[in-house]
Amino acid sequence: MLTAKQLSELSNISIRIRKNIIEMTHYAKSGHPGGSMSMTDIITFLYFNWLNIDPKFPKKEDRDIFVLCKGHAAPALYSAMAIKGFLPEEELKTLRSIGSRLQGHPDMKALPGIEMSTGSLGQGLSVAVGMSLALKLDKKKNRVYGVMGDGELQEGQVWEAMMSAAHYKCDNLCVFIDNNKQQIDGNIADVMGVEPLTDKLKAFGWEVINIDGHDFEQIESALVAADKVVGKPTVIISDTVKGKGVSFMERQLCFHGAPCNDDQKAKACSELDIKNGVCGCQI
Amino acid sequence: MSDLAMRDYYAKALIALGKVNKDIVVLDADLSCSTRTEKFAKEFPDRFFNAGISEQDCIGMSAGFACMGKTVFASSFAMFITGRTWEQIRNSVCYPKLNVKVCATHAGITVGEDGASHQALEDIALMRILPNMRVIVPADALEAEQAIHFVAKEAGPFYVRMCRGATPVVFNEGECDFQLGKNKVLKDGNDLTIMACGIMVDMALKAADVLKNEHNITAAVVNVSSIKPIDEENIYQMATKTGAFVTAEEHTIYGGMGSAVAEVTAKKCPIPIEMLGVNGVFGESGKPNDLLNKHNLTVQGIVDKALAVKSRK
Repeated sequence: MLTAKQLSELSNISIRIRKNIIEMTHYAKSGHPGGSMSMTDIITFLYFNWLNIDPKFPKKEDRDIFVLCKGHAAPALYSAMAIKGFLPEEELKTLRSIGSRLQGHPDMKALPGIEMSTGSLGQGLSVAVGMSLALKLDKKKNRVYGVMGDGELQEGQVWEAMMSAAHYKCDNLCVFIDNNKQQIDGNIADVMGVEPLTDKLKAFGWEVINIDGHDFEQIESALVAADKVVGKPTVIISDTVKGKGVSFMERQLCFHGAPCNDDQKAKACSELDIKNGVCGCQI
Repeated sequence: MSDLAMRDYYAKALIALGKVNKDIVVLDADLSCSTRTEKFAKEFPDRFFNAGISEQDCIGMSAGFACMGKTVFASSFAMFITGRTWEQIRNSVCYPKLNVKVCATHAGITVGEDGASHQALEDIALMRILPNMRVIVPADALEAEQAIHFVAKEAGPFYVRMCRGATPVVFNEGECDFQLGKNKVLKDGNDLTIMACGIMVDMALKAADVLKNEHNITAAVVNVSSIKPIDEENIYQMATKTGAFVTAEEHTIYGGMGSAVAEVTAKKCPIPIEMLGVNGVFGESGKPNDLLNKHNLTVQGIVDKALAVKSRK
C-alpha cells in the first residue's frame, strides 16, 4: 500500500516528467509527446517505486531489466532516467540533436541504463523474452519489465513473442500495454482493431491484469500480483489517455508525433505548474 | 577424401564450444534437424531454444540473450534467417552491436529440389550492407568449423553462410587457417585471378588446372571467405599482379562477393572483371548439379569467364 506521502511524491514526479516531455520535444521541435504522456505514470511508478536499479551502477548484477518496446516514448524514459540520476536533467534539451546520447529512439550504446535499443515496433517483446530466458538459465532472480504500445500489437512479431514467452513459462517477465487506443493514422479500432485484448492474451497463455494506467495504487497492486504469478508471463493492460495531463493534448492525435508550438508549450507548462502546486498543497 | 557437409562441422564446432563455454546458447526456428543444431540440443538441452516457425522472434530472442551476456548462435535456412528477419537483424542485432552469430545453412541454389522459395541467392548482399555485420562464406567443412570457432571468440554480429550438401574438401587437416579479413591465395598465377567463395572455390581450383593444361593460361585462385571485412590489400596485390579477375559465387551477381571485390578494384586499381553467379533471376526445383549446370556455376563456366576476361586485358 502506498502512503499519502508516496502518492504525492509519485504524482509530483509524474508532473515533472510530463513537463520535461513537453519542454524537450518543444526544444527539439520533434518527438512523440502524446504516447510519452500516456505511459508517464507507469514509468514513474517503475523508476521511482519498483525497479531495482541504481544510476551509479547501471550494470549491477541483480538489477531489474526494463525494455521500452514502444521506443518512440523515449522522452518519458529519458526524463524518468534523468530525475533518477542516470543523466543530468539539463541534458534532456539535447534530445534528437546531433551527437546527443538522447537519440530519437533509445540507443543502448549511447546512454548507460538503456537495456536495449528500440524504436522499430514489435521487436522489444522478443528481446525481453530472450533476456528472461537468459536470466532463468543462470538461475538469477532479476525480473524483466517492458512497456508496449497498443498499436504496436499490430506487428506480427509481437504474437510470435507472446507465444514464446508463454511456451517457455517466462514468469520473470511482466509487460505493460499502454492502451491509449490511438495510433498515428487514427483510432486503433478504426485503423486495425486489436481487441478483444484480454481474451486474446489469456488465450495466448498469459496472466492478464487490467488496470487504470494513471492510478499508482492500481499499478502497484498489478505489479505485486505479477510477482506472484508462477509458470507464465504477465501482461498488465493499462487503460490510458494519449497526451494525459494537459487538457488540450488529451486524445488529440496531432500530438502523437509532433510537439507543442510556443503558445501551446507555455499553456501546457502553466497547466502542469498549477497541478504541481495543488499536489504540493496535499503533502 | 570424400565430400563433407559444412553443417555437420558447424554442429561439431558448436558442441566443442558448448563444452568449454557455458555462455554459448543456440537458437533455431524449427529446422534444427536440417541445420544440425539438434546435435547441440541433444548435448546441451538447457542451452538450446527452439523459437518454432518464427524467425523474427528467434532473432529478437537471440538479441535478448546477447544483452544478458550470452554468445548466441541463431540458425535456420539462409532464406529465412536473413530474408524474413532482415530488419530484426538490422535494428535488434547490428545497431546495438550484439553478440549474435547468424549461422545459416541451405544457402544458394544447391538447396535443389525445394525450389526458388528456399534458395537464398541474395543473402550475402543483405547481410553485407549492414553496419557492424561481418560476413563469412566458408569454402568447405573444415573452414566452416574454424570460422565457427573464430566467431565464438570475436564479440559482435556475424553472418556465416553454409550450404546444404556435402562439398569437396578444399583444405586438408592442418592446412586451413581461417582469418577474418584475409584472402587466401590457394594457387598462384600471372594471367588472371579467380576470386571465389563457398562451393565455387573447389571449382575454381579445377578451372585453373584446365586453363593451364588446355589454354596455357596461369590463373591464380583466391579463397574470399571473409567477404566483410574484405581483404583490400590482397585484392590490390592480385589486381596489380594479374590485371584481370573472375569472381565466382553461388549467389546473385548483384551485391555479393563479386560486387565487394569490384568495390575495391574500382576504388584502387580498376581492372576488367567477369562476374560468375546467378544472373539476377530466381532458381527453381531440380538436382543441385543440374541447377549449377543451368546457371553455368561449373568448372567450364569459370573457364569461359576466364577466357573472356583475359581477352579484355
